[in-house]
Amino acid sequence: MNNLQKKSFFGRIDWLTIGLWLALCLIGWFNIHAAVYDPENPGLFNLATNYGKQSIYIFTALIIGICILIIDSRFFISSAPIIYIVVILLLLAVLVVGRNVGGNQAWIPLGSFRLQPSEFGKLATCLLLAYYLSNQTNKNPNMKTLFIGICIVLFPVALVMLQPDTGSALAFFSLVFVFYREGYVSTGLLIIGGLAILLFVLALLINQWILIGCLALICGFFAFMMRKKRKNLINMAILFVVSSVYILCVDFAYEQILQPHQRNRIDIILGKMDDPKGQGYNLNQSMIAIGSGQLFGKGYLQGTQTKYNFVPEQSTDFIFCTVGEEWGFVGSVVLISIYVALLVRLVNIAERQRTAFARIYAYGVASILFFHFFINIGMTIGIVPVIGIPLPFISYGGSSLWSFTILLFILLRFDSARKGTAVGLI
Amino acid sequence: MNNSYFNRKFVIQGIFIAIALVIVARLFYIQVIDDKYLLSANNNVMRKKIIYPARGVILDRNGKVLVQNEPVYDIMVTPREVKDLDTLLLCDLLGIDTLDFNVRMKKAKAHSPYRASQFMKQVSSTVYAKFQEHLYKFRGFYPLNRTVRSYPDSIAAQFLGYIQEVNDRDIEKSSGFYRPGDYIGASGVERAYEELLRGKRGVENQMVDALNRPQGSFMEGKYDTLAVTGDGLVSSLDKDLQILAEKLMKNKLGSVVAIEPSTGEILSFVSSPSYNPNMMVGRELGNNYMKLLNDETKPMFIRPIQASYPPGSVFKVVSALTAQQAGVINDQTVFYCPGGYRYGGGRAIMRCTHVDGATGLVKSIKMSCNTYYGYVYAKMIDSRGMSGPKAYDLWKEALGKFGLGHKLGIDLPGEKPGLVPTSDFYTKRYGSGNWRSGFNISLSIGQGELGITPLQMANIMAIVANRGFYYRPHLIKGIGEKQIVKEEFTEKISAGVDAKYYEAVIEGMSQAVNQGGTGAASKIAGIEMCGKTGTVQNPHGENHAVFFAFAPRVNPKIAIAVFVENAGYGGTWAAPIASMMVEKYLKDTISLPKYIQDRIYNGNLMPKPKVKKEETIKKDSTKNNKPKAEPVRTALVDPKKQNESGILVHHSQVRRIHE
Repeated sequence: MNNLQKKSFFGRIDWLTIGLWLALCLIGWFNIHAAVYDPENPGLFNLATNYGKQSIYIFTALIIGICILIIDSRFFISSAPIIYIVVILLLLAVLVVGRNVGGNQAWIPLGSFRLQPSEFGKLATCLLLAYYLSNQTNKNPNMKTLFIGICIVLFPVALVMLQPDTGSALAFFSLVFVFYREGYVSTGLLIIGGLAILLFVLALLINQWILIGCLALICGFFAFMMRKKRKNLINMAILFVVSSVYILCVDFAYEQILQPHQRNRIDIILGKMDDPKGQGYNLNQSMIAIGSGQLFGKGYLQGTQTKYNFVPEQSTDFIFCTVGEEWGFVGSVVLISIYVALLVRLVNIAERQRTAFARIYAYGVASILFFHFFINIGMTIGIVPVIGIPLPFISYGGSSLWSFTILLFILLRFDSARKGTAVGLI
Repeated sequence: MNNSYFNRKFVIQGIFIAIALVIVARLFYIQVIDDKYLLSANNNVMRKKIIYPARGVILDRNGKVLVQNEPVYDIMVTPREVKDLDTLLLCDLLGIDTLDFNVRMKKAKAHSPYRASQFMKQVSSTVYAKFQEHLYKFRGFYPLNRTVRSYPDSIAAQFLGYIQEVNDRDIEKSSGFYRPGDYIGASGVERAYEELLRGKRGVENQMVDALNRPQGSFMEGKYDTLAVTGDGLVSSLDKDLQILAEKLMKNKLGSVVAIEPSTGEILSFVSSPSYNPNMMVGRELGNNYMKLLNDETKPMFIRPIQASYPPGSVFKVVSALTAQQAGVINDQTVFYCPGGYRYGGGRAIMRCTHVDGATGLVKSIKMSCNTYYGYVYAKMIDSRGMSGPKAYDLWKEALGKFGLGHKLGIDLPGEKPGLVPTSDFYTKRYGSGNWRSGFNISLSIGQGELGITPLQMANIMAIVANRGFYYRPHLIKGIGEKQIVKEEFTEKISAGVDAKYYEAVIEGMSQAVNQGGTGAASKIAGIEMCGKTGTVQNPHGENHAVFFAFAPRVNPKIAIAVFVENAGYGGTWAAPIASMMVEKYLKDTISLPKYIQDRIYNGNLMPKPKVKKEETIKKDSTKNNKPKAEPVRTALVDPKKQNESGILVHHSQVRRIHE
């Protein structure tokens, strides 16, 4: 067994995940090239350009990845609290010495590069959360553990909010999946949470009374179907009443508590207001770019909307516009499929881990990647509000690429060590 | 190992896949189903750039340039792109002050900060040359090539016309061809041949970025169209002859029209006073237009085709010809002239300037005998075995064939038909259809209600020169590279009088010029010119001088009509002008004695400035803004207004007719 282990160190690495990772990185690189393409400077490796720099970032990310695979996986477990503390210090530091870019004080200048500590905050939080939850002697989930776990998450969230970088902060909430998988959150709570978000959006979109009427019909239908048990009827009635009150509260909050500009932002995202040159400009242009890609796209470097700067932030947050415009629906579906494959794979990897630490960490990685994937693409096509977070491995930027790569490769390191660790360490 | 929640893996994976499906569904909708994003994308990125075609050039019959295009430059500015501007230098180069600069900039910004708008219109090439050297310093400014019309010799203004920016009505009528800022021919040939001259606009589909900066062509120019230069025109005008004619007509009111009889091509077309066509170009057009419009001598009035006068004695040529054709006289017919024609039972008299005694047809033309034509007219109307009005209608029909009383169809807008009243007009005036020749005898000598344009006069000469037919007079003899002639100008039109009847008349006209007749002042050595003078009664001032002629007698090359308002006797002013024109055209020299030439060149027959100014102003305000002494109006014939204006000479008033 030891022999086999030594012989097949590379054999135990999950090459599928690495393949998906590499595919995403390269897709990102080509699309950054297309997004900032300048016919007079066509080289792919021109270091003055974003895609030139991205090629360096990808290369360094690869080296970082290899380094991580070489490091003993126990290092990450034992140093989880230290990494967390260091990142917290960095998050504090960024509030003091950070450089203000685009309204967020999120960057620490390091020579020619800028470091974005919040990107590494997710890594540190995942590690510490895994560290903490896996070290619980009490095997059944309890409120105290949940509370401390939530605190581990909320501490960096608070600091990121202070920058203020709402988008990055929201990403931490995706860790709800970790708590769910570990049993700290029940399925019912998850459904209620999902329903709450859904109802919140619907309440703003549809007239509240119509919505309540529809809700009554649906609840009535289910109550009728399950009429044999009295309990079901009561549950349905309670659900209906609570939902109705909730809808009215949302409406009240929207009308009375939100400032007009906040209302505008919500209205635009919900499509209730047409405002192509104002607040909705980014979203509108982004949808035009993606929509104009049609079924097969305009072809590589042929996109006009992204190339001519109609879409803002086109190599970072709105990189998906380039994909949508130049590769069309088909290309977009390919990209989404790669993501879904990666996410499903990560969950499968998580479940094959023998240590709780590795599993919890793996779910953390999957949750964060999923959140970024959903919110980023969702905002470019107008199904979620415009929240400035990068598309993992695709968007331009060293900090983001490195932090996601580290996140992923640490997981791969745990995965490659799972047999050894399972037998030897715990 | 806490694996009791293992199944939740499927819930989480399920959520991942469900969300991905939502995204795919949304993408399917906006990318595949909904087309509006594609349209918006093209709107975003495409700018149609209009390429203005050069207008067609107009040459004279010998290939010399009458109108050409001169490059000018519109200076455009995109306010957002203006950076680090040296305002003073820019103002200095363009010759504006900073105040003006600010106004223009503000206007451009108001139009759009991102889109280019006109900063300064039609900057001349000399100004632009200096500006261009510094152009690199003015970010956000760029030039747009345009052309304006340029007239190297400043001649033939009314013939050439001018172009101006289209107005809303033009745009509407053109069903989308014209756009604001385009130019359209407003008068003259520019207007008549607008559709040929204007060419075809080209479109360049440019791609622009979010800040409206050009980024190259759309689809590699697949949908671009080239601008097509307007067709060039070859005019029938002889530039040198035109220059001479305008020089001769300087400081005089009137017209000169010269026609090549064998083709109907107009060799010279003068309306005096004229104006410098270069005034009607560029930024000063508006001001100059108002100046010309308010000028009392009406330079914008195209006299050769718009002014109609009683023709006077030159009309006798037509009378003689139509009477022969009608068979009421022949070349042997003799009438006795005692110094006047008595009519109305002898109670009234139409005087002749001399006592010609027994007068035959040839002599009647040579000496311009009023009596003779009194008899001729009387025979035409009274001795044809029918009622007066009926005979008159036949006569009117004959005149129509000579091109009188209707438009000739020249290729210029604004042609007037002149006037030959209908028999009904007289029947109405006299209360019954029993009127006879005595009632409107003055028509016989080209007075009374007759109205003929100088063009029609020249055309009569062309008919006589051709012995019986004419081609529609026209100013453009060739269109485009193939020199196409319009079909209507190649049609030979008969004047309704057989060729055999012309010789006697031509003999009379020849004698009038060459054998001491009325047109002796126009005699040219070595050329047998046939001509006829006329003096048109003008109750408001000096009479109008008329002379028309053709030459040479055999195989005529030129037919000409000269009409000088307020010049008095036809032989004094009109004949020498015609003589010089004909000699210049046929022999390229002028042999007329220098003192006569100088008298013509320096003669000033412009109406004197009005003394009683106050009175005029009063009249202006009360009488529909038509000053009575205004010379053009006096020449206009409109029977309906004749009582009101009193400018026409009724036959009973005709007492003193020259010649």
